Amino acid sequence: MATATPDAPPLAPAPAKRPPRRRGRWTPYWLLLPGLLWLFVFFALPMVYQASTSVQTGSLEEGYKVTWHFATYWDALADYWPQFLRSVLYAGAATILCLILGYPLAYLIAFRAGRWRNLIMILVIAPFFTSFLIRTLAWKTILADGGPVVGALNSLHVLDVTSWLGITAGDRVLATPLAVVCGLTYNFLPFMILPLYTSLERIDGRLHEAAGDLYARPFTTFRKVTFPLSMPGVVSGTLLTFIPASGDYVNADLLGSTDTRMIGNVIQTQFLRILDYPTAAALSFILMAAILVMVTLYIRKSGTEDLV
Amino acid sequence: MEQYEPDRLSPAQVAAMRRSFRNGRAALTRRSLLRASAGGALVAGGLGALTGCGIPAAGKTAGGVSADDHSAKEKTVSFSNWTEYMDVDESEKHHPTLDAFTERTGIKVKYTEDINDNVEFFGKIKPQLAAGQDTGRDIIVLTDWLAGRLIRLGWVQKLDPSNLPHAFANLSQQFRSPDWDPGRAYSYPWQGISTVIAYNKKALDGVEVKSVSDMLDNPKLKGRVGFLSEMRDSIGMTLLDMGKDPAKFTDDDYDAAVARLQKAVDKGQIRRFSGNDYTADLTSGDFAACIAWAGDVVQLKADSPDIDFIIPDSGYITSSDNMLIPNRARHKTNAERLMDYYYEPGPAAELAAYINYVCPVDGVKPYLAKIDESAADNPLIIPDAAMAAKSHAFRLLSQKEETAYEEKFAKLTGA
Repeated sequence: MATATPDAPPLAPAPAKRPPRRRGRWTPYWLLLPGLLWLFVFFALPMVYQASTSVQTGSLEEGYKVTWHFATYWDALADYWPQFLRSVLYAGAATILCLILGYPLAYLIAFRAGRWRNLIMILVIAPFFTSFLIRTLAWKTILADGGPVVGALNSLHVLDVTSWLGITAGDRVLATPLAVVCGLTYNFLPFMILPLYTSLERIDGRLHEAAGDLYARPFTTFRKVTFPLSMPGVVSGTLLTFIPASGDYVNADLLGSTDTRMIGNVIQTQFLRILDYPTAAALSFILMAAILVMVTLYIRKSGTEDLV
Repeated sequence: MEQYEPDRLSPAQVAAMRRSFRNGRAALTRRSLLRASAGGALVAGGLGALTGCGIPAAGKTAGGVSADDHSAKEKTVSFSNWTEYMDVDESEKHHPTLDAFTERTGIKVKYTEDINDNVEFFGKIKPQLAAGQDTGRDIIVLTDWLAGRLIRLGWVQKLDPSNLPHAFANLSQQFRSPDWDPGRAYSYPWQGISTVIAYNKKALDGVEVKSVSDMLDNPKLKGRVGFLSEMRDSIGMTLLDMGKDPAKFTDDDYDAAVARLQKAVDKGQIRRFSGNDYTADLTSGDFAACIAWAGDVVQLKADSPDIDFIIPDSGYITSSDNMLIPNRARHKTNAERLMDYYYEPGPAAELAAYINYVCPVDGVKPYLAKIDESAADNPLIIPDAAMAAKSHAFRLLSQKEETAYEEKFAKLTGA
């Protein structure tokens, strides 16, 4: 967007003027070259390699050969669709929770925080200073069976309700779906808050004043002005949360149990333990395709294709 | 931000700007780029490319390939080990036993704690070893079954016994000839591992746990029992409990053990299958009882009086972490000298006093007693006759068995 600097040539289209000078014609491409090379080496090549792996058969000792064994995809889907479904559900739940938790906070930082803005921003980013693993393990202490959180939830009979709903088991939270969703929500919350903040922060405060002048109540202002203008942030925030969350395996591994394993866990097990590289590669491709389809539909629906 | 604020520009200006992005010479929108790169990927990923990247047969690439041994010229050895598997001094920066080795031999040790998990580490070094390249490591430490796989694949070098006099003389009887490396031609144990049942007294609250059956069947422990995500430990302990010998069991025995655990999973008895992080669950009391590695339990016990362990009457599983020299390692002789050094009773005792695993070296007891009396009497560090009698090893699996068993175990653990 640097082309839009104040000193830049007039913004009106210039097709009628003289054709662009030849020398500068390739400049954008030269500038793109490092990025394209990067994409090629670290994205395109591995993708080709993985696509190839997914249609190979063999074993570690006999080697793997491309036999165009597409049935791997079908078998993988037939065996592991529950884990796929679960990943989408958990990631979806975590994304919605992130939005509910993150929007008010981003709003606060953008409009109400005043001189505390930087401090709150640092607090949002601070968890990134420790490792993902440590942050997730910390939740084991927070949600420990004998800990204050579970104690409080038990005395308020909240866990009776959640057990009835099937998202916790008995009087505990750890090693249940709820714990995994909590972990996902916590770990990806900053990815929701930051884009939300960026798009909220750009909203001109005078628009709020204008809405007030036109007798809009605060809620109407939010519904008709603030929220629509923050849509780009909502869309990119939900994508940045949902996509990594659906492939995550750490939370399900540390906070979950046998009935909370996500597709990331399956891929990890297939690749590292069972050494079934074709199935692992096929599962990865199915996951990528599923996410791509869902994201495309979502962007179409929210009508912000320019901004994502 | 200052330069580009769409809402401050007039609609006409915004439209003009958009057009300039799309139609001008910078008509390089993100979308067209994505389209271009996707197209490129498709072309590159044409059939030919896909067929081109098969994975060569692992076993055939290299069988115990040595590189030129640079040991004499380069006085260095690179040692990859698990985390917290080496003695450290108060400053936590120096490893006294390694420093003493360097002082005596002049060989500098590049010590890296980059092994966290057997399967992950295998994934990491596999590409290099499969391609017959140097991994940059002279010694790696791997658990039995993976060490066995590397030997089977021909990815590690045969050791030269003349460089390993102490190791040959002092290796404990129980580690002498495992089925995956008869006579220790390729490997020497770094430490032995005992798999036992650990419990948290406070969390048990009077419930008695003496066997795997107690863990699986006592309804008072529902949801507070932990098993390990290592197949051989969890299944091995279950097999022992069922009266089977993990050193010679059949497919049916294996299936029966999986079914027994599956039943416990289904009724919610087993809370989860965990890796190294089980120690957190045990100390917090979330696990009242779990399958555990004794070395960890010795350390946990020192920190928390509630933690203790038992060895079931049916026996316990032993395994070991083994030092191996990968193919094409540059400093094989130096590596062997380092291996041999840890089989001298002095350094072995120093190490054992610090890390609390089973010491695989004979004759260490008097040396260890001088450092730490209680460690010398701890059967988990220096096994006595009673301990040794109850120890069982999990048998070597063929590649086919390994795949089938791991698959069944993965189904049991949820994926």
